[in-house]
Amino acid sequence: MTDKKLMKGNIAVCHGAIAANCDAFFGYPITPQNEIPEKMSELMPQHGRVFLQAESEVAAINMVYGAAAAGKRAMTSSSSPGISLKMEGLSYIAACELPCVVVNVQRGGPGLGNTLPGQADYFQAVKGGGHGDYRLLTIAPWSVQECYEFMPLAFDLADRYRNPVMVLMDAIVGQMIEPVELHANFEIHEYPKPWATNGARGRARNIINSLWIDSAVMEDLNNRLQAKYEQARRHEVRLWEYRTGDAELILVAYGSTARICRTVVDMAREEGMPVGLLRLISLFPFPEREINALAKQGARFLAVEMSAGQMVEDVRLAVNGLTDVGFYGRTGGSVPTPAEILDRVRETLHKPPVMSTQARREVS
Amino acid sequence: MQKVYSRPKGLTDAEFAYCAGCFHSVAHRMIAEVMEELDIIDRTIGVCPVGCAVFMYEYMACDMIEAAHGRAPAVATGVKRVLPDRIVFSYQGDGDLASIGTAEIIHAAARGENITVIFINNTTYGMTGGQMAPTTLVGQKSTTCPSGRDPKQAGYPLRVCELLATLDGPSYIERVAPTNPAGFNRTKKAIRKAFENQLEGKGFSLVEILSNCPTQWKMSPIESLKWIDEHMTKTFPPGVFVDR
Ligand SMILES: Cc1ncc(C[n+]2csc(CCOP(=O)(O)OP(=O)(O)O)c2C)c(N)n1
Repeated sequence: MTDKKLMKGNIAVCHGAIAANCDAFFGYPITPQNEIPEKMSELMPQHGRVFLQAESEVAAINMVYGAAAAGKRAMTSSSSPGISLKMEGLSYIAACELPCVVVNVQRGGPGLGNTLPGQADYFQAVKGGGHGDYRLLTIAPWSVQECYEFMPLAFDLADRYRNPVMVLMDAIVGQMIEPVELHANFEIHEYPKPWATNGARGRARNIINSLWIDSAVMEDLNNRLQAKYEQARRHEVRLWEYRTGDAELILVAYGSTARICRTVVDMAREEGMPVGLLRLISLFPFPEREINALAKQGARFLAVEMSAGQMVEDVRLAVNGLTDVGFYGRTGGSVPTPAEILDRVRETLHKPPVMSTQARREVS
Repeated sequence: MQKVYSRPKGLTDAEFAYCAGCFHSVAHRMIAEVMEELDIIDRTIGVCPVGCAVFMYEYMACDMIEAAHGRAPAVATGVKRVLPDRIVFSYQGDGDLASIGTAEIIHAAARGENITVIFINNTTYGMTGGQMAPTTLVGQKSTTCPSGRDPKQAGYPLRVCELLATLDGPSYIERVAPTNPAGFNRTKKAIRKAFENQLEGKGFSLVEILSNCPTQWKMSPIESLKWIDEHMTKTFPPGVFVDR
């Protein structure tokens, strides 16, 4: 076992990227993720790899595009306003089926917002974000340890699915300091990249392109992407259930909010309320089947997030009218406290559940 | 019998879809010849623009990447940084390089990025139907300045070579006008030098080719050559701006 070290989530991301054999990092400063480019400027050259501060987030993601096209493991990191600028590039990268990793240490928004924690980039992360029918595989760490461990996972998913992967954090996860074990308990797979544009020596030339003027060919690409996302829905759902077994109310949350909700679950249980937590690790693919199964057992849900209500829409889609889905959110950099979430839990449990027509039909 | 003309190995068998007399064909062919002469076809990666040359990947025999509009220098940077022993070029029109991609080209030049840039300045947005470009001359008509570019409303044309020549990063910057045999030879030589510089590790090289657009200019190819000489070269004088 390796020793534990104290560090920020942002720094753990860097060590995770090194462990994942990331070949190139391109970034642009923005708070609260500045520790990532700063630490990478030190670590990447030490390991003989590429670090470059780009002139903008637009340039950074296009450098990632070039490095990924060349067959290398490439990443960038930013925070909300910068991630918006990367959306053009991400749409191209997804369309070209290139692997890469993007870290978003979300802050309060919209607009310039503030540098406090936020989770209001959820739609942008899981619905595609840029133009066209594509998705980013999205995973959300909730601890410094996971900031480290999710980087090899992100690069592996990216290579395996030939798709950009978003590591969705927030200012709390990025800035908090916790002990972390920089272990090597994961396998780094090397994926053959016969499609890479790295010089046509001894093979036919390769082309990386997203322009398909024939509608049938363009639709084929879209169908291929959708088939890939269906595969991901089948194999890459990741979640953590906490005291859900007998729970009548299940909190749904991810990232730092999920940690707050775990505390709320324990507080509620002490008061004798049957409350559990569904902590989402993969946001795309979304655990639709798992939530639907819990809804069928009669559980109600309360989505908690630092947004005006984004993830809650996916919970409602998954529940599909079977039971109640409540929402509690704070925005603009405000973090929900355990006490205010607990209040909402009490309120929710004191109200009789509204039974859906379908559920009523099933009972009668 | 001596063979004096054949298809360069740097080109595929695909037929150019460019308008008759368009300089894109000329520039493509010259790049292909240079790649063959320097024997670098199998280690070159080209990055093509959004514009009339968007299908360049159909024509070049090397590996090719299609970039988003204006982003080719950043994409080329990404490739070159991870594969420093490969040859990387971007090929861009004036809308692509001097308007939407101004930041990317200036910073690639300022970094002295060891890439080759071929810049096709035809004073118009050929592909989208002849709108005003950042290089449209004062008084020149386009579909978005139908009575001629008025500097009071639309400002002045951007001189890319002069602008980049103020930077310490570039190793070689030249503007050429292939409107006559001498200019033609000069253009080929400049392209070759821009690739040789990269092979020698000298850093950023850019060749601006004063180009025509017979279709959007509504001229015959011959008239378009005369127009380049008589009008374009006044705003965009050919010459070597940086060579070090
Ligand atoms: C982001 C974005 N904006 C606009 C366009 C539309 N567009 C396609 S080509 C082009 C202009 C190309 O002009 P230029 O770079 O001068 O090249 P030319 O066609 O003249 O060779 C524009 C604006 C686009 N494809 N992407």
